[in-house]
Amino acid sequence: MGELKQPSTQEVIETGQGAGFATTRLQDVLAWAQKYSLFMYPFVTACCGMEFMAVTGPRFDLARFGAEAPRFSPRQSDLLWVVGTIVQRQAPVLKRIYEQMAEPKWVLAFGTCASVGGFYDNYACVAGIDKIIPCDVYIPGCPPRPEAVLDGLMLLQDKIQSGDRRPAIVKPRFDPVAHPEMGVVTLRRGKDGAPV
Amino acid sequence: MASLLELLKSELGASVLETHAQYGDETAVIAPEAWLAAARLLRDSPKASMEMLVDLTCVDYPDRNPRFEVVVHLLSLSKGHRLRIKCRVGDEDGDDAKIDSLTELWGSANWSEREAFDMFGVQFVGHPDLRRILMYPEFVGHPLRKDYPANKIQPLVPYREEPGLEKLPPFRADEGMPFGRQSFDRVGEDEQPLVATDQERMR
Repeated sequence: MGELKQPSTQEVIETGQGAGFATTRLQDVLAWAQKYSLFMYPFVTACCGMEFMAVTGPRFDLARFGAEAPRFSPRQSDLLWVVGTIVQRQAPVLKRIYEQMAEPKWVLAFGTCASVGGFYDNYACVAGIDKIIPCDVYIPGCPPRPEAVLDGLMLLQDKIQSGDRRPAIVKPRFDPVAHPEMGVVTLRRGKDGAPV
Repeated sequence: MASLLELLKSELGASVLETHAQYGDETAVIAPEAWLAAARLLRDSPKASMEMLVDLTCVDYPDRNPRFEVVVHLLSLSKGHRLRIKCRVGDEDGDDAKIDSLTELWGSANWSEREAFDMFGVQFVGHPDLRRILMYPEFVGHPLRKDYPANKIQPLVPYREEPGLEKLPPFRADEGMPFGRQSFDRVGEDEQPLVATDQERMR
């Protein structure tokens, strides 16, 4: 029995084959437009900013993914990049900038410090921006490699397309901790807090 | 090279409490009453002519009385020599830590003294604008004192109270951040992770 092969909507649109028209839903089209036209607001506070510049520069070229235009006014931007450590003194500023952004808006935590505070476990720093504002995608790394940032942006685009607002993490493609033959030393602590 | 310490001793006498010199690295501990006079002598005396105050900082020795040690590094640009002077202030609780400000002698003392005040609570008498420089004005206490709780935070913005937020982001060792604050790294599987919640830390 011959199987009827139905081309997907993407194929119909891209190749023009099959039926002469495609049906979709308005929300899908809106999400498609939103994910490829992210206006970004870079909130750069620390050394991760250098890596952010690398990503936006020509070699890795964030513009390929539609996130080309930085807007240095939160009122004109959709995507807030929090790049670097946020200290307690700066937390009201970050919250205010987030509140000034118009819906729909997304937040991307760039690097370990913005995600969980990193090793700045002290009186001065916020242990991750999600303590202050909701966060969509966490990109681990100190700083993250540009590939990880591109992964994070594509992850965010997937989430925009599916309408999923649950936080997501860019997982490393290769985790050295899982490979003991590489000799990576991780500090493990006992009950009293002393290394074991 | 011991001439600087000898100069100080001959001019100030008993106000020089201690001296130390090793490998050309000289230190003098000055009594708090003579602090400003010693600094002025070191700046104006043609033998010393310390034109530059390189650094002013503070050390907390919680077991000592006086508790704080204000440390100043001086440099003579014309003569090319350096000197470290110290002064011990403050009682065991850290109160009454008063010392004369050096801002009238070196402008670079201004922000350094503000930092020492911010971090340790040492009062610099005669400082033109003694207020916090790093921490926010609402901050209570002085964070680099040894008796400030190591994991105490004082947020300006109330933290979000989202259910399950303490689990966000769930960075485990296999997710690339084993050194993060919310580390779930632990020894036995039945033990709780050794991480204070933020509610506990704010108390």
